[in-house]
Amino acid sequence: MAGFDWGEITSNLPYLFGVGMVFTVKLTVLSMAGGIVFGTLLAMMRLSHFPVLSWIAGGYVNLMRSIPLVLVIFWFFFLVPYIWAWILREARPIPVGTFYSALITFTMFEAAYYCEIMRAGIQSVARGQVWSGYALGLNYWQTMGHIVLPQAFRNMLPVLLTQTIILFQDTSLVYVISATDFLGAASKIANRDYRLVEMYSFAAVVYFVISFSLSLLVKRLQAKIAVIR
Amino acid sequence: MISMRDVSKWYGAFQVLKDCSTDVSKGEVVVVCGPSGSGKSTLIKTVNGLEPFQKGTILVNGVSVGDAKTNLSKVRAGIGMVFQNFELFPHMSVEKNLTLAQVKVLGRNEEEARTKGLKLLDRVGLLAHKAKFPGQLSGGQQQRVAIARALSMDPVAMLFDEPTSALDPEMINEVLDVMVELAREGMTMMVVTHEMGFARKVAHRVIFMDQGQIVEDLPKEEFFGKPRSERAQQFLSKILHH
Repeated sequence: MAGFDWGEITSNLPYLFGVGMVFTVKLTVLSMAGGIVFGTLLAMMRLSHFPVLSWIAGGYVNLMRSIPLVLVIFWFFFLVPYIWAWILREARPIPVGTFYSALITFTMFEAAYYCEIMRAGIQSVARGQVWSGYALGLNYWQTMGHIVLPQAFRNMLPVLLTQTIILFQDTSLVYVISATDFLGAASKIANRDYRLVEMYSFAAVVYFVISFSLSLLVKRLQAKIAVIR
Repeated sequence: MISMRDVSKWYGAFQVLKDCSTDVSKGEVVVVCGPSGSGKSTLIKTVNGLEPFQKGTILVNGVSVGDAKTNLSKVRAGIGMVFQNFELFPHMSVEKNLTLAQVKVLGRNEEEARTKGLKLLDRVGLLAHKAKFPGQLSGGQQQRVAIARALSMDPVAMLFDEPTSALDPEMINEVLDVMVELAREGMTMMVVTHEMGFARKVAHRVIFMDQGQIVEDLPKEEFFGKPRSERAQQFLSKILHH
C-alpha cells in the first residue's frame, strides 16, 4: 500500500460527489419514484378482473425480469431517440442525453420489480377492507387510493426500500452509456491519472457505506412497523 | 325495499346459493341464520353487490343490483353494511373513518361530515375515542364505530354480516344493544347472526338457510314456535340448548 495516494482521492472529491454522486442520487430517487408509481399501476393491472389488463402487465413484468439490465440500458439508449423522433415526426433520431435515457430505463425496469412488491402488498390487505370500502359506496379508484394502497405501501415499505438499495447499486451500470455517475466519475479520473487502485477502492467503500447504512435503517424501520401492526 | 328472486351463485362447479327468494319490506328486521357454510354471508353480500351472482334478480328500491348497467357504488352508498371483522380502516383515526365516505361519496363538506360523524359516534357512546385509531379500541368498540360509520351515510337499510361472532362474549351485548335500538327506530335490517336472543327481541322474520337454500322463511313467532323443516328444528335445538 506504499504507493496508495490519498491525495488523489481528496483532491477529486468535489468532482466525485458534486458531479458523480449527484447524478447517481438523482437517478436513484427519480427512478424509484417513477418506478413505484408505474409499478403500482402494473400491480393493479395484474390483479385486475379484466384478463387483457392482467395479461399485458404480466407479460411486461416477465419480459423485463428476463432481460439483463445492461441490455435494457443499451436498448433504451439507442432506441429512445428513434421513438422520440417518431412521436415528434422528425426524420432524424433525437438524442435525449444519458441522464434521461437512464432515467427512462431504470423507471421502466425497476417498475417490474416494484410491481411484484406492490402486488404482494395489495394482496396483504384483507379482502374485507376492500369490501368495506365498496360497501360505503367508494368506487375502485377511491377504495384503492384511500384504503388499499396506503396499507399496502406501509406493509411493503421495508421491501420497497431494499429494492431501492439494489437500484442504487444498479445505477452504476450506466457506465456502459458513458454517463458520469459516481462510478463513472471515479472511472474517468482513474483512467486520466492512471490511479485505478485508489479510485476503484474508494468507490467500493462509498457504495458499501451508503448501502449498508441504508439497510441498517431499513432493519430499524422493519422493527418499528412490526410493533405498530 | 329488498326483493330477491331465484338468486343462484356458483363457485366453479360448486353451487353456494340455490334459487333464493325473499323480500324485506321497509322497516322490517329479518334475521338470517343457519349452520356455517350454508351461504348466509354470501346471500347478504349479494344484496349490495359485493358478491356477484349468476342467476336471478335482486331489486333494492327498484334498482337491479345484478344489472351491469347499474351504478353499484350508488346502490351501496344507500345501504349500510357491518362486517364480522369490523373492517374499520386501520390507518385512519376513528373520526376519519366516519367522514371519509361522506365526503368522497356523498360530497358533504368536511365540517358537515364531522358534525354528522361525531353525532353518531356519541350515539354509540364513543365520542371520547374520536381521535384514536381502530387498533386502540376493543372489538366491541370497533364494531360500534363500524355501525356509526355505516349510519353516517344515511342508509335506507342496514346489512349485518355476523356482527358479533368475532367478539368476546362480554362485548356482544354492547353491540347488540345498538342494533336493538336501531331496529326499534324502524331501520330496515337484514342480519346474519346466531344471536337468537336478538332475533326473539326485535326480528319480524327469521330466514333459515342450509346448503345454499332458504329452507324456512317465517314470522318470528312461527319460527321459534315450530319450524316445519327437520333441519331447522335440529339447528334450533343445538343452538338453544348448548
